[in-house]
Amino acid sequence: MSFLKSTRRLFLYELVRGFALTFSYMFRPKVTLNYPYEKGPLSPRFRGEHALRRYPNGEERCIACKLCEAICPAQAITIEAEPRDDNSRRTTRYDIDMTKCIYCGLCQEACPVDAIVEGPNFEYATETHEELLYNKDKLLANGDRWEAEIAANLAADAPYR
Amino acid sequence: MPKLTINGVELEVAGGTSVLQACEQIGVEVPRFCYHDRLSVPANCRMCLVEIEKTPKPVASCAMPCSDGMVVHTDSEMVHKARKSVMEMLLINHPLDCPICDQGGECDLQDQAMAYGFDRSRYAEMKRAVTDKELGPLVKTVMTRCIHCTRCVRFVDEIAGTPELGGLNRNEHMEIGTYVTQPLTSELSGNIIDICPVGALTNKPYAFEARPWELQKTETIDVMDAIGGNIRVDARGNEVMRVLPRLNEEINEEWINDKTRFACDGLKRQRLDQPYVRKGGKLQPASWSEAFSLIADKLRDIAPGRFAAIAGDLADCESMFALKSLLKLFGSSNIDCRQDGADYDISVRAGYIMNSSIAGIDQADAVLLIGTNPRHEGTSVNARIRKRWLRGGMRVGLIGAAVDLGYPHRYLGATPQTIQDLIDGKGEFAKILQNAKKPMVILGAGALARPDGAALQTSVCALAEKYNMIRDDWNGFNVLQRAASSVGGIDIGFVPQSNGLSTKGILQAAETGKLDVVYLLGADEIDMRQLGNAFVIYQGHHGDKGAHRADVILPGAAYTEKNAIYINTEGRPQMALQAVFPPGEAREDWKIIRALSAVVNKPLAFDTLMQLRALMVEAAPVLANMGHFVKADWKSFGKPGSLTTKPFHNVIANFYMTDPISRASPTMAKCVAEIVPLTMPEAAE
Repeated sequence: MSFLKSTRRLFLYELVRGFALTFSYMFRPKVTLNYPYEKGPLSPRFRGEHALRRYPNGEERCIACKLCEAICPAQAITIEAEPRDDNSRRTTRYDIDMTKCIYCGLCQEACPVDAIVEGPNFEYATETHEELLYNKDKLLANGDRWEAEIAANLAADAPYR
Repeated sequence: MPKLTINGVELEVAGGTSVLQACEQIGVEVPRFCYHDRLSVPANCRMCLVEIEKTPKPVASCAMPCSDGMVVHTDSEMVHKARKSVMEMLLINHPLDCPICDQGGECDLQDQAMAYGFDRSRYAEMKRAVTDKELGPLVKTVMTRCIHCTRCVRFVDEIAGTPELGGLNRNEHMEIGTYVTQPLTSELSGNIIDICPVGALTNKPYAFEARPWELQKTETIDVMDAIGGNIRVDARGNEVMRVLPRLNEEINEEWINDKTRFACDGLKRQRLDQPYVRKGGKLQPASWSEAFSLIADKLRDIAPGRFAAIAGDLADCESMFALKSLLKLFGSSNIDCRQDGADYDISVRAGYIMNSSIAGIDQADAVLLIGTNPRHEGTSVNARIRKRWLRGGMRVGLIGAAVDLGYPHRYLGATPQTIQDLIDGKGEFAKILQNAKKPMVILGAGALARPDGAALQTSVCALAEKYNMIRDDWNGFNVLQRAASSVGGIDIGFVPQSNGLSTKGILQAAETGKLDVVYLLGADEIDMRQLGNAFVIYQGHHGDKGAHRADVILPGAAYTEKNAIYINTEGRPQMALQAVFPPGEAREDWKIIRALSAVVNKPLAFDTLMQLRALMVEAAPVLANMGHFVKADWKSFGKPGSLTTKPFHNVIANFYMTDPISRASPTMAKCVAEIVPLTMPEAAE
């Protein structure tokens, strides 16, 4: 062992360097967020909570084609349909089991009318399992609440589709 | 026998074969819309274009007969281009509404556009729109989707024999319709839904309910009539969504009637889903053990002759065999599967089945219908007769109520006297029968249920023998049964043995208090008032007439809910498979009878369906020929008796409601309201 190495060991050189590195972070910009008061940026393609959208005139977009149900790899979507009073094709039931969902986004890719979308919301933790079994009312309410953000995201992503 | 080459493969085909058929023979796929095996060839969709060497243009292969030395290419550059262009033209006016179209997923146009079309549209102009036509309660129309293949027009013209559809106007203004708005009256009208290659004609009751890919498909047998048409039951979860025909060249070809197809919504309504017991004059829900113990009380010390059973039209062979075995243990042989009260000779099998077979109609050259309207009693039989008639050289005679059969026929008379005249060789039709090479007579089961039914059977047997209908290579004596259970019940012996009572006898005895317990196995068509004070056990699946009269109700399974054997009017045993489970606490019928036998301390000798079937085949060896038609040995049969002069009447006044399932069906109720007034005015009144 050389003299230099022995001296460094005697004066705890490695420890001093470690502490110095740690201390240097006191003077750099911090990387943590004060969640939930601060949030990080989200891509327009972010796949969060599902929503069923409406047309601007209030008509629901979903036409019960069942393509999302067919493509869902987790089989989380259940749809039942029948003719509405005006003979249009509509769902009587549109359920998503959010605990089965794997958030792959294939449902919104399959949708021919942009009705089912995965919105930017990711803060919908619940206390019970049952609350995560979404029905049509819940999904339409989500659509109404998040329409502005969803529309902006779709517009932002449109050039790449 | 022309010899031609298709894609380098040389083959020899029969004269008159079209190039498309020749391609099919060697497994070369040619896309098509208007061409259909069983319809005439209009060659108007142009999708089947192929290249034939030494011809300047692509040729429509469906209308091009093969000739010697032809060299056909179906995979050349020219063919690909032609197909793409035709597809592009068909799609010019076809809406892009696949997501809301019920045909989506099973659409010929969708599939072939994927396989043979361009991958994008060059068409930016407006598409045409066509007003939808009202075709009644069964067929929904979206005429904008129509590509004018005219399959539906040809079907109602040629197969159904009710020329109600047609094409109006020319080229871009062409529309398919009825011209005068009224429902389709054909009993085969549902088939135009299947043959429509696009979503222009779809199933109205099934509209928007399900997609083809989410359905569980079960290949089974129809029981709405005695034909035993082969069907496919499509179910989602535990719900039957629709019924489709299945190809069977020997029975229904690929058509089924509207009752078979559309009555399936009756399976969800009026169902008996738990046992009931009558307490204080009212039926109260009960448990299985409660119902069984009540029956056990009634049966504990019953005298052998005071217990009887009647099987209904939809009963399967297994449950009838189990019930027969149970009554045998009680020493009773008061059993009958002919709830219409018929009492004809059943000692010879040839005397109650269709000996010519349904496919045999194709060979016949004279048909005599007696006391039957095959259009309603056996639609597939009628479609066969019409198909044979279309080929030419066949005469049809009708003795019975004057009805529209859908093809020209000679009306010979309304009373059994006409049969006697024919036996005596009187009249023009006697000569036709005399000169016919393969004459056949079809006797309706409704006629056999008349008071002089047995005598009728005897005289028709004499008629068949007199006109040389019974030969080694041909048997022209046919009974067209009405109920799916008739032949099966007779074959396994669910008929009065030795001195047992027949249906008529059972009802008389019950009325006069000579019977204590009557077991109804789905029997709903008898007169319930005649049951008197007897204790009535009803085992069945629908809350119909029988259930209303019953003292104990045992909920059974409908035909889509059990594995069972049915024998059709030809005597052909066929296996029905379970598509869904019986609702609630209902159980398969043979299991109920087996469980009951244990409660009454007379356990039956089987525990599984296989054991039951083994015993049944031992008793009726004909059941072993599953799916096959077996010729029955001929021996003269009949019971003595005299014919009356009472005219035959139409046994099925209302085609759309003949059994508990169709009576519970809302779609059939709509047909009764909309179609029956047009076709069967006497039933509507």
